[in-house]
Amino acid sequence: MPDSVFVTGVGIISAIGSDVESVWSSLKEGRTGIGPMKLIDSAYKGELPVAEIYASNKELLGTALPRVKNYYSRTALLGMIAARQAIVQSGAGSESLENAGLISANTVGGMDRTEIFYKGFMSDKSSGRIREAAGHDCGDSTEKIADNLGIRGYLSTINTACSSSANAIMLGARMIRQGKLKMAITGGVDCLTKFTINGFNSLMILDREQCRPFDENRNGLNLGEAAAYLVLESAEEVRRQGKRILGEISGYGNACDAYHQTASSPEGHGAFLSMKQALETAGLGPSDISYINTHGTGTKNNDLSEGVAIERLFQDVIPPCSSTKSFTGHTLGAAAAVEAVLSILALQNNCIYPNLNFSVQMHELHFAPVTGFKTVQGMRHIMSNSFGFGGNNSSLIFSKH
Amino acid sequence: MAVYIKEATAISPQNTFGAKVLPEEPATYTDVNMLRCIEPVYRDFIDPMVARRMSRIVKMGVCCALRCLRDSGIEVPDAIIAGTGLGCLEDTEKFLGSIYANEEKLLNPTPFIQSTHNTVAGAVALAIKCHNYNATYTHRGFSFENALEDALLQLAENPGLRMLTGGFDEVTPGSYEITRRMGLWKNHPVSNLSLEQYHTRGSLPGEGVAFFMLGGRKDAGDWAAIRSIQTFYKPASEAEVAQRISNFMADCGLKTGKPDLVIFGKNGDVTGDRYYEYVISGLLKNIPHVSYKHLCGEYDTSASFALWLAALMIKEQRIPSYLEGGKNLPRELNHVLIYNHLRGVNHSLYFLERC
Repeated sequence: MPDSVFVTGVGIISAIGSDVESVWSSLKEGRTGIGPMKLIDSAYKGELPVAEIYASNKELLGTALPRVKNYYSRTALLGMIAARQAIVQSGAGSESLENAGLISANTVGGMDRTEIFYKGFMSDKSSGRIREAAGHDCGDSTEKIADNLGIRGYLSTINTACSSSANAIMLGARMIRQGKLKMAITGGVDCLTKFTINGFNSLMILDREQCRPFDENRNGLNLGEAAAYLVLESAEEVRRQGKRILGEISGYGNACDAYHQTASSPEGHGAFLSMKQALETAGLGPSDISYINTHGTGTKNNDLSEGVAIERLFQDVIPPCSSTKSFTGHTLGAAAAVEAVLSILALQNNCIYPNLNFSVQMHELHFAPVTGFKTVQGMRHIMSNSFGFGGNNSSLIFSKH
Repeated sequence: MAVYIKEATAISPQNTFGAKVLPEEPATYTDVNMLRCIEPVYRDFIDPMVARRMSRIVKMGVCCALRCLRDSGIEVPDAIIAGTGLGCLEDTEKFLGSIYANEEKLLNPTPFIQSTHNTVAGAVALAIKCHNYNATYTHRGFSFENALEDALLQLAENPGLRMLTGGFDEVTPGSYEITRRMGLWKNHPVSNLSLEQYHTRGSLPGEGVAFFMLGGRKDAGDWAAIRSIQTFYKPASEAEVAQRISNFMADCGLKTGKPDLVIFGKNGDVTGDRYYEYVISGLLKNIPHVSYKHLCGEYDTSASFALWLAALMIKEQRIPSYLEGGKNLPRELNHVLIYNHLRGVNHSLYFLERC
C-alpha cells in the first residue's frame, strides 16, 4: 500500500481575497471577484469583466519580501505570496524547505513583462530593457519562488494549459508516495495578460457579463488571476512532526480527450476517463463523492462536455456540483490549485459552494448546480476537475483524514 | 530499477532523423550564429493539410514523435510526456505581434492556440487518438529531465507501460536577438566543429527534438538502459557539483566506481565550462570524455540530444570520431555518465547502461 499524501498547508491570493481567510468569507457571503478591469492595460477595459486582484505590483511587493525586485513578473510575485502562506501554515522550517520540492504550474510565464518589452522590440530590435524579457519562460517564476522561500530539493514546472496545476499536485503526490520527496509545495499561478485576454477573446469564448457556468444561456468565461499552493507531506513526516492534517490527496487521474486542439468532445471522453481514473486510484466508487468542484468555465462547449461526462460516470446519483469560477474567474494555470485549496476548505468546513449567476438548467443535462452556500453532514471526498487545451484533462480527489 | 530505451528518434542540426546508426560524418556549419534543424519530409508523417496550419516546431515535434512510435511498432503508448524550455516561440511571437499591430482587434486565434507549450504533446495524442496520460513540462534546463522523471516514476509503479517521452525547443530570429542581448551567445560567427576552441564568452544557440520510447522491462533490441537521472539547482560551487556527481555515481551502484565514458554539455562559453573543467581535472580525471554541443548548439532541452547520442553509442558500441575531446576512448561502453548544465543554474546527471 503506497504511503498517504497529506495536505498540511494551503495558500491563496485571488480576486476574492489575498489569503485563505478573506477567500473563505467571500465564498461564504457569495461575493464574486469578477468585475471591471482596473490595473491591466487592455483595449477591452470597460468591455470585458475579469477577476483581477486589485493590487498593483508595487502594492504586492509590500506584502512579499525583501530582495524582490520591482521588475519581477506579476506571476512570480503572486506565486511567492501564496506559496509563503502555505508554508507558514504547514510550519515548515528552513531545513525541510532545503530538501523540499517546488512543483509549480503556469501557462504564460512572465508574459506580463514580455508584453512591455515586446511592443518596442517589434519595431526596434535594440529597444527595451532586456531584463523585462528575461523572465518570459514558465520556469522563471518557479525559480524566483524557490529562491525567495529557500526551496532547493527539486524543481519542476508544468504547462498543460488550463489543467496545469492539477498535474503539479498529481506529480507532487506521486513523488511523495514513492518516497522521492518528503515535502512538496505544489500549485500554480497566472496573472492577467493582454496575451491571454486577446487569445480567449479571439476564440470568442469570453462572456461580456459575469460567467454563468452550467446555465442554459451561458455565454463564455471570464479570465482571472491567482496563485494557490498546497504543501503536501508524507504520512511519516506528518506523524513524526505531529502536524495538523488539512486533508488527503487520495486520487488523481490524467487523460487526453484527443478530440480537437481546443474543443472538448461532445461525449466528454477525456473528462470521463480522468474522473474514472481518479476514483480508481482513490479506491472509491461514484457514490463516495460528496461534492464535485467542476471545471465549469461557462463556455457552451466545456459545460456540456463536462456535464455529459459527469452523467455518464455518476449515472443516477450525481453528487452536488458547482463551479467556483463564478467567483474567481478562470485563472488558467492556477485554476486547479485554486480549486484544490477551495476543496480543502470545503472539507474542513463541511460545505458546498454556490455556483453563482445560475438560473436556467441546461436542456441536455439532468442536473443543475448548487446555487446557495450549503453546509452538509458527513462530507468525505471531493472531486475537482480541470480541463485544458490540447485535450489535457485532469481530476483530483481530496479526502478527509 | 532501470528503464529501457526501446527506440529513439531525433531531429537536429545533424542528419539524425530516423538514424539507426551514428552518422559517419558530422554536418558542418561555417561562420554561423545559430544551428537550426535539418527538417525531415513531413508529409510521410503528417497530412499536408494539417501540417500547413502547424508552426515549424510543432511539425518537427509531432513528426519526430510519430516516427518514434512507428519505429517502435507501438500504435498507442501509455503516456505522452514532453519537455520544452520555451514552448512554441514562433506562434507566441506571431500572436504577440498581432496584438500590437492590430491594436487588439480581429486577431487570428490560430497562433494563440498553437502557442501553448502542450501543443506538441496534444497534437501527437490527437494524431493517434491516444487518450492516455499526457503532460508537458517546461522548466528551463530541467524541462526534459522533468519529463523523463515523470516517465520513470510511472514505470516504477507499472513497468509494463510504454512511455513516449521527448524534448523539443526551437530558435527563432526574435528569440535569438533577445537572448543575444542577454549575453548568452558569442559576439562573432562560429564554425560549429570549433565551438570549444574559441575560449571566449557565450555559446552557439541551437535547437532540436528527440523522442524516446521507454519501458520498464528489458527486451531484445533495447538501445540502452537508464539507471538513474538527477537534477540539481544552483550549486554553490564547482566543489558542490563534484560532490553531487560523486554521490550520484555511488547511488547508481557502479561496482568499478567509474563510468567508461562521460558526455559533457560543454558549450564553448568559458564562464559555464568551468564546471566541466573542474571535474575533468579532479573527480573524473583519466576517464575518457566527449562533448556534444558543437553538433546541436545550446538549448534548454539539449540533453535530450545527448541522451539520443549516448543511447545509440551504447547500442552500436562505437564512439564517432567527430565527438569533441575524444582521447583514449574505451573499447566497450557499459556505463556512460552524462553531465549537463544550463547557464550554471540547472544541472542534470544521467547514468546509462548497456543492455
